[in-house]
Amino acid sequence: MKHIKALVLTGYGLNCDREIDFSLKLAGAESHRVHINDLIISNDFNAAVSLRDYQILVFGGGFSWADDHGAGVLMAAKLKHHLGPQIEEFIASGKLILAICNGFQCLVNLGLVPAFEDDKHKRRIALTYNDSGNFIDAWVRLAINPASPCIFTRGINYMELPVRHGEGKVYGSLDDIKQLNDNNQIVMQYVDENGERANGIWPQNPNGSLLDIAGICDSTGRIFGMMPHPEAFNHYTNHPDWTRIKEEKSRAGKKTFSREGDGIKIFRNAVDYIKNRVGG
Amino acid sequence: MVSRLEIRLKRDLFDADGATVKRKAKEYFDFDVKDLRVIRILTIDTDLTPDQCAFVRKNIFTNPVTEESSFESLADYFDWLIWVGFRPGVRDTAGSTAVEAIEDFLGLKFKPDEAVYTSKLYEITGSLTYEQVNRIAGDLLANDLIQEWKIFSRDDWQPEKGIGFIIPKVILAHDPQVRAIAIGSNEELQQISLDRNLALQERDIPVIRQYFLRKEILSERENVGLNLPTDVELEYISQARSDHCNHNTFRGMFKYHDLGTGEKTTVDNLFKECIEAPTLKLKKEKDWVISVLWDNAGVGRFDDDFSYVVTAETHNSPSNMEAYGGSITGIVGIYRDPMGTGKGARLVLGMYGYCTGPRDYDGRLKPHMHPRRLLDGVIEGVRDGGNKSGIPTPFGSVIFDESYLGKCLLFVTALGIMPSLIDDKPSHKKTTSPGDLIIMSGGRVGKDGIHGVTAASETYTENTPAGHVQIGDPYTQKKMHDFLLEVRDEGLITFITDNGGGGLSSSIGESALLSNGCRVDMDKIPLKYEGLDQWEIWISESQERMTIAVKPEHLKRFMELSAKHAVESSVIGEYNDSGYLELKYKQKTCAFIRMDFLESDFPQWEFEAEWVAPHLRGLTEPVMSEPQDHAGLLIDMLARPNICARNWITRQYDHEVQGGSVIKPLIGKRRDVPSDAIVVRPILESEQGIAVSQTLNPVYSKIDTYHMTAITIDEAIRKVIAVGGDLDHLGGLDNFCWPTVEYHPTKNPDGKYKAAQLVRANWALKEYCLAFGVPLLSGKDSMYIDGNLEGPYGERHKVSGLPTLMFTLCSVIKDINKCITMDVKIPGDLVYILGETKNELGGSEYYQMQNNSIGLNVPKVDVDTCLPQYQALQKAIASGMIASCHAVSRGGLAVNLATVSMAGELGITINLANVPASSKLTISQLLYSESCGRFIITVAPEHKETFEGCFQGMSLGLVGKVVSTNFIIFNKDETMILKQNLFNLKQAWKEPFGDLI
Repeated sequence: MKHIKALVLTGYGLNCDREIDFSLKLAGAESHRVHINDLIISNDFNAAVSLRDYQILVFGGGFSWADDHGAGVLMAAKLKHHLGPQIEEFIASGKLILAICNGFQCLVNLGLVPAFEDDKHKRRIALTYNDSGNFIDAWVRLAINPASPCIFTRGINYMELPVRHGEGKVYGSLDDIKQLNDNNQIVMQYVDENGERANGIWPQNPNGSLLDIAGICDSTGRIFGMMPHPEAFNHYTNHPDWTRIKEEKSRAGKKTFSREGDGIKIFRNAVDYIKNRVGG
Repeated sequence: MVSRLEIRLKRDLFDADGATVKRKAKEYFDFDVKDLRVIRILTIDTDLTPDQCAFVRKNIFTNPVTEESSFESLADYFDWLIWVGFRPGVRDTAGSTAVEAIEDFLGLKFKPDEAVYTSKLYEITGSLTYEQVNRIAGDLLANDLIQEWKIFSRDDWQPEKGIGFIIPKVILAHDPQVRAIAIGSNEELQQISLDRNLALQERDIPVIRQYFLRKEILSERENVGLNLPTDVELEYISQARSDHCNHNTFRGMFKYHDLGTGEKTTVDNLFKECIEAPTLKLKKEKDWVISVLWDNAGVGRFDDDFSYVVTAETHNSPSNMEAYGGSITGIVGIYRDPMGTGKGARLVLGMYGYCTGPRDYDGRLKPHMHPRRLLDGVIEGVRDGGNKSGIPTPFGSVIFDESYLGKCLLFVTALGIMPSLIDDKPSHKKTTSPGDLIIMSGGRVGKDGIHGVTAASETYTENTPAGHVQIGDPYTQKKMHDFLLEVRDEGLITFITDNGGGGLSSSIGESALLSNGCRVDMDKIPLKYEGLDQWEIWISESQERMTIAVKPEHLKRFMELSAKHAVESSVIGEYNDSGYLELKYKQKTCAFIRMDFLESDFPQWEFEAEWVAPHLRGLTEPVMSEPQDHAGLLIDMLARPNICARNWITRQYDHEVQGGSVIKPLIGKRRDVPSDAIVVRPILESEQGIAVSQTLNPVYSKIDTYHMTAITIDEAIRKVIAVGGDLDHLGGLDNFCWPTVEYHPTKNPDGKYKAAQLVRANWALKEYCLAFGVPLLSGKDSMYIDGNLEGPYGERHKVSGLPTLMFTLCSVIKDINKCITMDVKIPGDLVYILGETKNELGGSEYYQMQNNSIGLNVPKVDVDTCLPQYQALQKAIASGMIASCHAVSRGGLAVNLATVSMAGELGITINLANVPASSKLTISQLLYSESCGRFIITVAPEHKETFEGCFQGMSLGLVGKVVSTNFIIFNKDETMILKQNLFNLKQAWKEPFGDLI
């Protein structure tokens, strides 16, 4: 069978690329970390890599262009300016885009989500400053919308992942938020210990996101943006409670369990989707 | 034409940035600001057409969902406006990324003297006076060393004019010039050194003069067109000979005299005797020690394929002057050390340590910056520096003490990882050879940081030049980091080092020793702006730069990759074997110095050290009876500033990036209690990890720095063992911060005592590192942690920081699955204490809380007893039978038992009868003594016998049980000493800084 190829963007202050690359490989993809400039044809460079050779594109976290003019703003401008048609073609051919944290910020600025039918690729949603006014690193609890078309969260109801951002508050007009909700484009929402919606309460909702939104997708479910970091839960020891969970399991007589972190499921769903599509 | 773009959040959106300023105005000054909103301003100093302006406004700089913007003035709803912008020459990263974006989008190129300048305009409502608004501007929003501000009242404001067009462009209007310096007499040179702020050492001056007056030197200089020394040369020598670069204090001769016993000893060189010698001895015994004592950082083995690289630094003086700029420059700067170690390492974590005055200081002295503002600033600087570098910041410490009002301490530590082989050659080896090109990569050179090294080697005064304040730029450096790893892996680097203290003078001066010579073409060095003198270019400490040696045949590929990563690289010279360091500017030689000159016989520094033992200094144990209200006492102890929760700091730092977090900084049921140490998995494919701990215990220095050092080392060891560390692999870092040890009858009358404190700390360092088997992979000494603060009547008071040692330990963990945490886990588990409690309350938190006493009985570390206990514990942890483990530290048993209980959100019942103790101790001694060598361990009842079997004949006591709710301590006779519910304990512990985010 053909390899499923995934491309992780790097350069200009992006980070998380190594752990995303690692997670994609765990999920069975052939993954490459590629500098943004390796995709761009300009006077200075010949594009060394073509998006056409890939089925999964990941915009990872980081501080692209230092984020000084709004998170993901300059990266979106750069991508739109230099890679707009290539990305359009990538999407049109039914391939997958996963955007995490700074990548998600870039994705909304590109207008690739929510990409409502009536008004494709317009900026309708913003990721703005956390209500606390500060960067936060915290593990959050996420409920996943079973009715969402999102490819990446298939078969997952609930997940715990870390967030690490200063600008993660999902904001939009009431109409747009309602439309997101009605279309089931809200994929993940912050919840409390009992699985109930966080209702904007800090720190369960770490940024004041409207409707506790942590991730949204386009109407096809093939383009997905999320603030939490699935790649940072690649091994069970990433979880903040792992020593406690392990001790409890061991008292209950369970000595063996999977070492893979829950976050890998997101990447595996992507790989499986492409695999099934390719395999027919 | 200049254009000014103003951008703000739409009115109906919450302005979190503004709200933070409003909160601080209330907290800092008790001012009631009604509302505060921020307008971001870009002043674009280039010619753009109206269409181009509209295009960049709409397509780049304005988010249509949340923002509105205009080239007209936006301010409309305010009582006061404060405008804050950078002074000329201050690093404005947002300005440069704006240039990058405009150039890219419009396909144009800014001229060399054109730029975008960012600034902020604050719209303030509320009934405030001009003085109050000015205070918000000067003491909260801006630091006049790097920023300027303007205030507009509602009435002053002319909307059509707005703030005007403020262009903080550096214009030097100066032709670079090399000056010859007269060296007619020692006195003349001394005077020139003072006038030019050269900071030449008085005792070095004759050696320098002799060199330049030597016949053969004169004649060889004549051949290159030189005669008297040039300012470039003297600045170079001054940098190289500074205490910061040369460690003159640590390499000095100490004449130690114990005034009590009359015993006299001479220590020839503290560094050689107490750091180098023991480390070299241990290196022979421990094959995992790969490279120490010469490079930018130490190197240890991680596994067969990878090595780790670790180093520590301080950035005290700059942080004291401009907290944010100093600390961001500190953390970003330390990250260049691993990048410049061996052929270059990838950064995997950073750590921080802050020592400041009390956050609520309300005393009579006026520090340069109030500790509250200073601490907020350093926290934010490390946050932006670390987070934007994509490097986790998982560990740190904070100590509050009034002695740090004089100068705050800022510790930064960095750990990296590199393949053990690059191009089939050991990655830790590197050299320069004749013919190698000298390349400078990264940032450009400006006036930044000139005389930074010499300023760090001086006590802070009001006249200290502000020119050494900088703002680090993690964005530029992150691009460079990614670039360097790619060129390294293609085998294009033959030598690499960073430009830190001393700039090029130090990086090239030192690397040219390997090839034995170099030629640098100073006019090829890219500058931020024209008009720098040659000596300024040579010693500038502009950040984010590396010096790299590249073979000519690799240049093309090197430059291709540099362009791809958007990193500037320039060939600025060549290494050779001429025996000379030659600097040229437009073909004319401006410095010509023999490579071996700096190795020549400069006089060693000498110090008188006089020790007076604590009991002879009048220290005694305080006279105090037993407390009756132990429940209230524990609550107050938990709220002590150096014990209570500081989670607001930890949470601002990304500690998960890179995906290898194993043991986090905050742990437990609610992830809110600090861990003993952290563990990361730097190579995701491997289940090996690195545990790191860091300790600081400066208060014990008030009794004896010897024991302070021993305690600090012991605590660091226990903390890595507690999470699963390995006693056979303990890599140490010593980071000394000391007050001036040079005696002066009026300016530093206790200098001899402080010198003796330094000697004693080093003796302990040597003894305990050898006894525990800890080679010192790297270290740092920062002297002169003194300040002269203004008092209530206009007089100045010298304030010296406590002699402080930050000790860092790394331990490689073979199997991270066996790591454990300190939170109690399951009701019914047995609680043990390992290690003896002694009558050692000297320097304790308990004594400090009680009338600020110090006491005399400082804890002592007994390695012969402790080490076997630690070894037994390590085995027990590896066997998987331990549910939780915690090293007892500040606050003693009561505080530390409460901590593990709060972490697990489960109660504990303790009976003091079984606490292993040296002799009959009082309840307060049992509960609050800070004796070393102790752990709190919990174990499932089923493992009782096996567990106890591991500690045959050792000080192990079964002291209680984990229960579901309350925290209860019983006396030996079963009477209850204290009972608290967990909620109260946690509330008391979290309350002091609870409202900070």
